[in-house]
Amino acid sequence: MNRRDFLKSLGLGAVATAAVAAGCSSPNETQTEGVALGEVPTDKMTYREDQHGQKVSLLGYGCMRFPTIEGTSGRENDNELDQEKINELVDYAIAHGVTLFDTAPPYCKGRSEEAVGKALSRHDRSEYLISSKCSNFAATMWSREATLELYHNTFAKLKVDYLDYYMLHGIGMPSKDLDGTQLTGMEAFKKRYIDNGILDFLVEERAAGRIKNLGFSYHGDVEVFDYLLSQHDKYKWNHVLIQHNYVDWHHAKQMNERNTNSEYLYTELESRGIPAFVMEPLLGGQLAQLNEHSTAELKALNPSGSVASWAFRFAGNQPGILTVLSGMTYMEHLQDNLRTYSPHVPLSQQELDLLEKIANEYASFSLVPCTECKYCMPCPYGLDIPSVFKHYNTCLNEGKLINDDDLLMVDGDKKKFRKLRREFLVGYDRSVPKLRQANHCIGCNKCLAHCPQGIPIPDKMKEIEQYVEKIKTSF
Amino acid sequence: MLKRIRIILAFFCFTAITLMFLDFTGTLHHYFEWLAHIQLLPAVMAGNIVVVAVVLLLTLLFGRWYCSILCPMGVMQDLFYKPGLRHRNKKKVRQSAEGTKPMNKLRIAVLAVFVILLVAGVNAVALLIAPYSAYGRIASNIFQPVYLWVNNLLAGVAEHYGSYAFYSADVWLKSGLTLAVAAVTFVVVGFLAWRGGRTWCNTICPVGTVLGFVSKYALFKPVIDHSKCLSCGKCAKACKASCINAKEKQIDYSRCVGCMDCIGDCKQGAVSYQFVGLGKKAAKEVATDTTRRQVIIAGAAVAASSAVMAQEKEIDGGLAAIEDKKIPTRKTPIKPAGSTSVKSFTNHCTACQLCVSACPNGVLRPSGDFGTFMQPEMSYERGYCRPECTACADVCPAGAIKHIAKEEKVQYKIGLALYVADNCVVNRDNVKCDSCFRHCPTGAIVMVPKTAGEDPDLPMTLKVPTIDETRCIGCGACENLCPARPFSAIYVEGREDHLV
Repeated sequence: MNRRDFLKSLGLGAVATAAVAAGCSSPNETQTEGVALGEVPTDKMTYREDQHGQKVSLLGYGCMRFPTIEGTSGRENDNELDQEKINELVDYAIAHGVTLFDTAPPYCKGRSEEAVGKALSRHDRSEYLISSKCSNFAATMWSREATLELYHNTFAKLKVDYLDYYMLHGIGMPSKDLDGTQLTGMEAFKKRYIDNGILDFLVEERAAGRIKNLGFSYHGDVEVFDYLLSQHDKYKWNHVLIQHNYVDWHHAKQMNERNTNSEYLYTELESRGIPAFVMEPLLGGQLAQLNEHSTAELKALNPSGSVASWAFRFAGNQPGILTVLSGMTYMEHLQDNLRTYSPHVPLSQQELDLLEKIANEYASFSLVPCTECKYCMPCPYGLDIPSVFKHYNTCLNEGKLINDDDLLMVDGDKKKFRKLRREFLVGYDRSVPKLRQANHCIGCNKCLAHCPQGIPIPDKMKEIEQYVEKIKTSF
Repeated sequence: MLKRIRIILAFFCFTAITLMFLDFTGTLHHYFEWLAHIQLLPAVMAGNIVVVAVVLLLTLLFGRWYCSILCPMGVMQDLFYKPGLRHRNKKKVRQSAEGTKPMNKLRIAVLAVFVILLVAGVNAVALLIAPYSAYGRIASNIFQPVYLWVNNLLAGVAEHYGSYAFYSADVWLKSGLTLAVAAVTFVVVGFLAWRGGRTWCNTICPVGTVLGFVSKYALFKPVIDHSKCLSCGKCAKACKASCINAKEKQIDYSRCVGCMDCIGDCKQGAVSYQFVGLGKKAAKEVATDTTRRQVIIAGAAVAASSAVMAQEKEIDGGLAAIEDKKIPTRKTPIKPAGSTSVKSFTNHCTACQLCVSACPNGVLRPSGDFGTFMQPEMSYERGYCRPECTACADVCPAGAIKHIAKEEKVQYKIGLALYVADNCVVNRDNVKCDSCFRHCPTGAIVMVPKTAGEDPDLPMTLKVPTIDETRCIGCGACENLCPARPFSAIYVEGREDHLV
């Protein structure tokens, strides 16, 4: 039994323990025979309507993190996807009111659409809505032929003859041309959709009924977002996918200079009557686990709600939000999210104020704005970039980084310094294998073009490495 | 009472020394390193006259207490002896009441060969039978991996509960040959002890032979009171050194390890530990057949064990595969800072593996070369010699690695980095890389344009490293962190004489 298996079996034990603990600690719930958690409701899901009056479940199933037979998420490795488990998750979601499934050709290392097709084709076409994207990211796919092939493959893999939602994928992301020239978000957009006539083609497809709703997913350069909205009269966007959560609402720009606050994005869409899809409701999972102090404040207001449920309630709070996408790997995630939206309980002013306060605090740490999208991976020199950032962010967020004052080591602080050092270094080795840590970055800069958040990854790696070196060599 | 004191002291010394070999965190060394420093042979190698004199003096006073208390190899044999004795009693194959005869010729011959080999500088062969280092090899090669696996299991549990009490450590095969030697030693010594107590101490062990000679003249000894003794043989049958002849009421003090077992065993109260003064004669020697014993020693030696090899965890996908680094052929071995020169190191080291067990960076491992067999050497494919670490110098009991201050460590030049242009990723993959330059703790790497004449200040200019030999200390940071695999594009050659 390798280490991972061992941990997994321990984990199962812990889930059981946690369930017992939850049962003891939430006396406020309606108790039925000593059980705190009732059944997940099957008929209470909140629905919103799109431009055509189609009802859409507020919880959308994001199909980029399907489970593998090893129990990991399918975007992390090449392990075979666990189709049986996927079918089970999809059936459960449909049975509990989820109608929308969002996928894209590259998800789960290119295996998502096929898995979605297999799972959903077992249901009647009227039971589900499907959303996919035109993901012609690489310069080699910018020709009309290559993009069309991608488009037609989507139909074949999903086993459908029409798509409910189709999006231009990753608008605003910079890219590299075939000859290596760096292109801005606007230049990349034109190469991908305008010069090859693809956008016009998709508009025709919509008219022909093979695409019910045409929209775009937006990352990065706000110039392209503004441009596309200015062309709304021409293209009649049916929906737009934006990154939205309680931190990004007011602090996206503060966290990452090149991002845009979701309040602006949402307001722009709402004023034009374009419904919004939401991605990153948990900011790459970061809002599912907060520091102790913030967690305590949330629990005080709602003892039985999970930390993640707050983020979902915020993401779905605005009436113009059509659906909130969540990439769910495990049944527990699905169930928790179903409970949150069955039905969605709007946030009170007091609750909104608390989230704003937590967001303020969160954004004031200079966290690396990584959302673990893993577009930078695999790093050719073996680094696990997202895991390095995650460990660093977690320590920063929990106030566990050693600042220069601690390093001066007044006698009283020596103990604290040693404790923090041990936690950082031991935790670092646990979350990232030694050979994949920041000190192995060679500064080749290959990752730079791939990061939708525009993080200067090699510079950040150097910073983290210097921090590690600093605390290792202080004695 | 005396027996109980002996057991308590022996338990403490044995446990502490063993733990020191097991501990990889460097915590216990602070408390127990003195126990390694007072081991006789390392003290001789280190030229530590005070320790040698005190040990010999105390032996002259009290007999071979050293073998029963301080020597971990001796105490380990006691652990095998008791169950063996019980087994023989059950099978009614009792030890002779007359004891066995000493094999003095063999003992002296072994000791002579040992000394000659050491003087001739063939340490590697001689040290195979040095008691402390032989035990060290067993503890380091056989016990430590087991300890680490248990630790890693606990680390897994700790991780699960978000505790930082344990952290996992790599278990890796440092040298197959050394492991084989350790396993053979363990099996042979263990078997001999199980079968007949301190056979190894009283025939092979050079330290045992020297101390045996001294203890013949010890001032305090266990003595049989002829008037009380009924020659029942109870003491002789349980003597782990087989040195009591109950019929003749004599004890061979050259083999008696002062365990005091016989005192309590005697129902008549005929054996007592007392002051006898100088010149008390040893028991009369009688010739015996030694062939059988030797055959057994040889037979057990052949039974080499194939111990389980450590396997590293393989990493999953989604991440680029990382090829293992291979060790470059170094013309001169790299020895740790504090060892002044390769020669001095070779002459002092007893190959006890304490530094290998203590190295937290996976740098030290036993050598497989004949002349320096099992003595540690350095390599950087798993880690490098970190500037803040002096673990090996802190623990070395033999003076092979002398104490150095942490602050001064970066001044010791133990090797020199060399650049292999063909392996460098800048040349191979045409990418920018400054890994060696960035990680050099002494600024010994100077980056120059790959193509001569290009502007070094332009950000796009590809640069390759050159080495400032006056600054390089041979720590291996560049070699270890070089992205080129399996062979690094920059590697360290050892220096014969370490410059400061």
